[in-house]
Amino acid sequence: MIERSDRLSAYVSASHSFTNSGRWCVYLRSAINFMRRQWEYLLLPLALALFLVLWQSIVWIGGYPPFILPSPGRVYAKLVGVLSDGLLWWHMRITLIEIAGGLVLGLTTATVLGYLLAKSRWLERLVSPYIVASQAVPVVALAPLLVIWFRSGQLSKVLVCALTIFFPMLVNVMVGIRSVEPDLVDLMRSLRATRWQMFILLEVPSSLPMLLGGLKVSVTLSVIGAVVGEFVAADRGLGFLINVARGHFDTPLMFVALFTLVGIALALYLLVVIAEGVLLRWRG
Amino acid sequence: MEIILRAEHISVIFPSPQGGLSALEDFSLAVSAGEFVCVVGPSGCGKSTLLRVLGGLLPPTSGQVYLHGKALNGPCSDIGIVFQKANLMPWRTVVQNIILPLEIQGLDATESRRRAAELIRLVGLEGFEQSYTRELSGGMAQRVAIARALIHDPQILLLDEPFGALDALTRERMNLELLRIWEARRQTVVMVTHNIQEAVFLSDRVIVMTTRPGRVTAEVPVRLPRPRSSDIVYSDAFSALAWTVHEAIPG
Ligand SMILES: Nc1ncnc2c1ncn2[C@@H]1O[C@H](COP(=O)(O)OP(=O)(O)OP(=O)(O)O)[C@@H](O)[C@H]1O
Ligand SMILES: [Mg+2]
Repeated sequence: MIERSDRLSAYVSASHSFTNSGRWCVYLRSAINFMRRQWEYLLLPLALALFLVLWQSIVWIGGYPPFILPSPGRVYAKLVGVLSDGLLWWHMRITLIEIAGGLVLGLTTATVLGYLLAKSRWLERLVSPYIVASQAVPVVALAPLLVIWFRSGQLSKVLVCALTIFFPMLVNVMVGIRSVEPDLVDLMRSLRATRWQMFILLEVPSSLPMLLGGLKVSVTLSVIGAVVGEFVAADRGLGFLINVARGHFDTPLMFVALFTLVGIALALYLLVVIAEGVLLRWRG
Repeated sequence: MEIILRAEHISVIFPSPQGGLSALEDFSLAVSAGEFVCVVGPSGCGKSTLLRVLGGLLPPTSGQVYLHGKALNGPCSDIGIVFQKANLMPWRTVVQNIILPLEIQGLDATESRRRAAELIRLVGLEGFEQSYTRELSGGMAQRVAIARALIHDPQILLLDEPFGALDALTRERMNLELLRIWEARRQTVVMVTHNIQEAVFLSDRVIVMTTRPGRVTAEVPVRLPRPRSSDIVYSDAFSALAWTVHEAIPG
């Protein structure tokens, strides 16, 4: 008992002397607070560092040759190489154009059709069997057909990309429009809102969370869609680059192309997240 | 007094698995211009349904509503409605919610804001103009809804338990405010409430409804002098009226 109270008093005096050197304490506390606030931002680079360390150690421990598993250093060297000779930019631009085209086409058709389907029960009855059936066919299997019909140019990739994102976006638009609060519809009707006002003042803002959710899924899928299209038949684009690299056993180049694709998907996703932060401020 | 709003032999039957749920049956009501009518009745007797019919939002299964003697076949901007729940748009701030009716009518923004500021003061929400609805309490949200119903100055107000979510004190204050507004603008008011005291305190006439299907079981004229102050509730005449209404409510 005595021993315990001794320890206690020692602890108290220690912490007292600690507060005496007050400035340090304040620094430390504010640093801790800062870390607490910022830890989410620190998490990302930490995860990245961990990933690189893990990767490098697998290469070391396994002793793999570069054409099976290149080290991070080799991949980085390759990246610098293809960046400086413009090869990566060139292929990336092609794929980005396909993604942009696919997004514009897929999102507009899905949004327009989704709105109409949400509004009209009979149209939904009529069309939804076809939509569901079209989803049962994997896009990978449809892509060769699209290449036959629309040639191996960029149009076929845009179509594959649009097709990939079409369904998830469609479903989100339908759910969003259907979930508009009926009481708010009554309110708008009691205020004699026009069809257009109903759309722009009620339906759009109230389905916006669902729309942005659909957009998040769509932008990531759009990258896959474009690459699937390029895999089937292409002479340019990041998907093509991967195919070429595979042919030459240039695995570091494959990694570079892969990471570029990941980067594109992440950037697009981030854009949607930022848009969400601005547009859905009211959700807190 | 001229009859401004008249409901004749209104019946509403909602489709249901059992073949049809009768919410209102042969309900008739005539409201004079500038009259304050309160409707009381047990829960589920069709009070909200009645207001939806009067507001032109729900076409009755049979019967007809007349506004200024003309058949009412849809919503009308002369009528302002406060719904049973606040029914605000969560993506709009308090001010933006309040000016919604004016925005729909196409009024310019500065005039809208001026009127909104006035009403915000009236319902006691100063300092919350830029808040979103998730930051409001139930009672505050309901006050926003009241301000919204008043902003385009409709001739007729249909209020569905507007003070249901408020505490007794705020409720009393809001009752007085409502009377003040009404005395100044002399709208025609049809208000649903569960509170007998409130009904007698506010109205010229209390309509008592039966359990479902809703019908008028009693009409109690309230001839208390106006303007009324809150101590009127302690008068014998008030107690007698409140008791009459109480006795008329079934169940
Ligand atoms: N849209 C609807 N579809 C089917 N039934 C409905 C609908 N709206 C109301 N009802 C039914 O009609 C009856 C009357 O409903 P209403 O909302 O008018 O009651 P109320 O008197 O307002 O009740 P409360 O005092 O609890 O608000 C209820 O039995 C309800 O179930
Ligand atoms: Mg009700």
